[in-house]
Amino acid sequence: MNPPPEERHSRFRAWLDSRTGLDSLLRHALDEPIPGGAKIAYVFGSGLLFLFVSQIVTGVFLAMYYVPSADHAHTTVEYITKEVTSGSFLRGLHAYGSSAIIIVLLLHITQTFLYGSYKGRRELVWLAGCVLLMLMLGMAFTGYLLPWDQKAYFATTVGTNILSELPWIGNALKRLLRGGTEMGTLTLSRFFVLHVFLIPAFIFAFVAIHVYFFRKSGAAGPIGEDPLEPKLQSEPFYPKQLVMDMGFTILIIVALGIIAYFWPTELGPKADPSDTQFLPRPEWYYIPVFQYLKYWHGSTSLIGILLIPGIVGLLLVTVPFFDRSLERRPWKRPVSVGLFAVILLALGGLGLLSHREDLRNPGLAAQLKAQRDATKEFMQAKFEPELSGGSLLAENAALANPGAAKGKEIFEGQSCNACHGDNGVGTAAAPKLIGVGEKYTSTQIEVLLQKPNEQMTAGGMPPVNLKDDEMKALIDYLRSLK
Amino acid sequence: MFANWLKSSSPRSRRDPMPFLEPPNDKAPDGKNRRSFLAALLAAGSATVGVLLAVPVIRFTLHPVLARTTEKSWSDVGKIQEFQSLNAPIKRLVSIEEQDGWRKTLIEKPVYVSKDTRGGLIVLSAVCPHLGCTVPWLEKESKFICPCHRGVFSADGTLLGGPPPRNMDRLRSKIEGGILKTQYQFFRQLTHNEEELA
Repeated sequence: MNPPPEERHSRFRAWLDSRTGLDSLLRHALDEPIPGGAKIAYVFGSGLLFLFVSQIVTGVFLAMYYVPSADHAHTTVEYITKEVTSGSFLRGLHAYGSSAIIIVLLLHITQTFLYGSYKGRRELVWLAGCVLLMLMLGMAFTGYLLPWDQKAYFATTVGTNILSELPWIGNALKRLLRGGTEMGTLTLSRFFVLHVFLIPAFIFAFVAIHVYFFRKSGAAGPIGEDPLEPKLQSEPFYPKQLVMDMGFTILIIVALGIIAYFWPTELGPKADPSDTQFLPRPEWYYIPVFQYLKYWHGSTSLIGILLIPGIVGLLLVTVPFFDRSLERRPWKRPVSVGLFAVILLALGGLGLLSHREDLRNPGLAAQLKAQRDATKEFMQAKFEPELSGGSLLAENAALANPGAAKGKEIFEGQSCNACHGDNGVGTAAAPKLIGVGEKYTSTQIEVLLQKPNEQMTAGGMPPVNLKDDEMKALIDYLRSLK
Repeated sequence: MFANWLKSSSPRSRRDPMPFLEPPNDKAPDGKNRRSFLAALLAAGSATVGVLLAVPVIRFTLHPVLARTTEKSWSDVGKIQEFQSLNAPIKRLVSIEEQDGWRKTLIEKPVYVSKDTRGGLIVLSAVCPHLGCTVPWLEKESKFICPCHRGVFSADGTLLGGPPPRNMDRLRSKIEGGILKTQYQFFRQLTHNEEELA
């Protein structure tokens, strides 16, 4: 009666395929021809896709505990890091994952550039890739602020300050990004929305565009291959290239896992805007830019901040439009490969320079060491839950004023709290007294206490007769209830 | 995503007509074996990645379920010696700390320490079970008398008269290291039996 399992299985496949087209989709995806066959050099794109997915998964779960507000962000990240099971590990995967994305991006771009894979009607693949690079850098920049610790706060202060160097629109742009003139909770909200909703949406779109254009033009193959009319025998993506991609992916995740486990991501002390000593240092991949910007101040800043990066960026973005020969061997393309090498070397050199300056200047070195020590100390401290606002805070405020402290004794001694509640929170019998200080002056309160109005008398409020100094203390206490 | 699909490419489903499962240019006799080996490798690979990510993610999600993240703590009422020679209820403010994930709330509530009929220490909530006013102990009358609607209770909280539906509520208490502790609790008003409110 029942068909054998494999027949049932293939029947189910046929049923599913007739409704979803899944088989043809998979066939299309897996049979992608690679001229010249599979190569380790082609694994970086898949690696990036995997890393992006991993960032989404870890990010979504981190959001289960994170609160994007200047009041709570740091506490919640501290809670994730110190209290939640696997929290430090997941946060590590996410934080180190961003570094991994930058590294693999560099490898991906370098491979594409050296292989000349942007040639032969592949301008749009390259352009979409450039947009993705910008979006990923945006993710790194916005994500860095979210823990709201000292280094996040000050690095982002510097990062957003650069905007104000731009002519005409610089200040407006800075205020738009910060949600005001200063860094604050609105900045954090904006960065959160950019990091979690806006930029990822654009990344999804541009990954789709990038992959679609890539498949449209086909894989470029090795450097000797004709980028327009492939001559070499091709091999399908599945299985060999897929195995290589998977191997690379496993390598990344295992490496990330080991790093996140043995070197947990740190969290520094909570952002303190009044700290004038703190030396901001961005994440390593922004250090070269940070160092570069140090050299441009005053009248030349426009050249350094806008003109030079603008030209370099434009050259990189438009390279497939002017480098149009079909020659792909790097040694035959000295200009474009040379330009690329110069940019990479310059970035590396700037990074080293920054590192050397920090080491050689004893003042800087001491301050940076103090900051590292503060972070270590903070990491070792036990997590202390955040005290939420409530009646006890009002009581503490009351006790700060000795007159009010005496008033509290009178308040309880006269059983005022029997009806008005402890600390004046109110009960079913009588209204709360918190906030009376804002509604009435001391004199008005004294009059009402000595001679309650009709409504009060009807509610059962007796007249209060006290000595002058006691009355004053009681009023001080009542006015302190907030 | 590939894991399910790869299962179907095991030798059992070789009859499947899908072309991408057959090696297109592979004429070597061992080509089939090599392909299924690679498929198994891929399946193992996806499983490894999946598990590596899934385990911490699941543990992370289950943290509030497995670890106690919200709990009622025991609050100190006072040293046991202070209550040894008690002959009338005395009022104490206890601070109640409740942890709620990454935040905690601290509130102070008045309680009365008193003795039951056999002379054991008891802790009474000062909230009237009628409408929730704070009940004071009146020395002169040697009774708890609620100022709102004149509910009257004895020193051990037994209802003596007035509108309240039940005795004053007793709080769980224990003595630990010479210190009287209580677990503060709110109760529903106007019911005949004590009903704890979370």
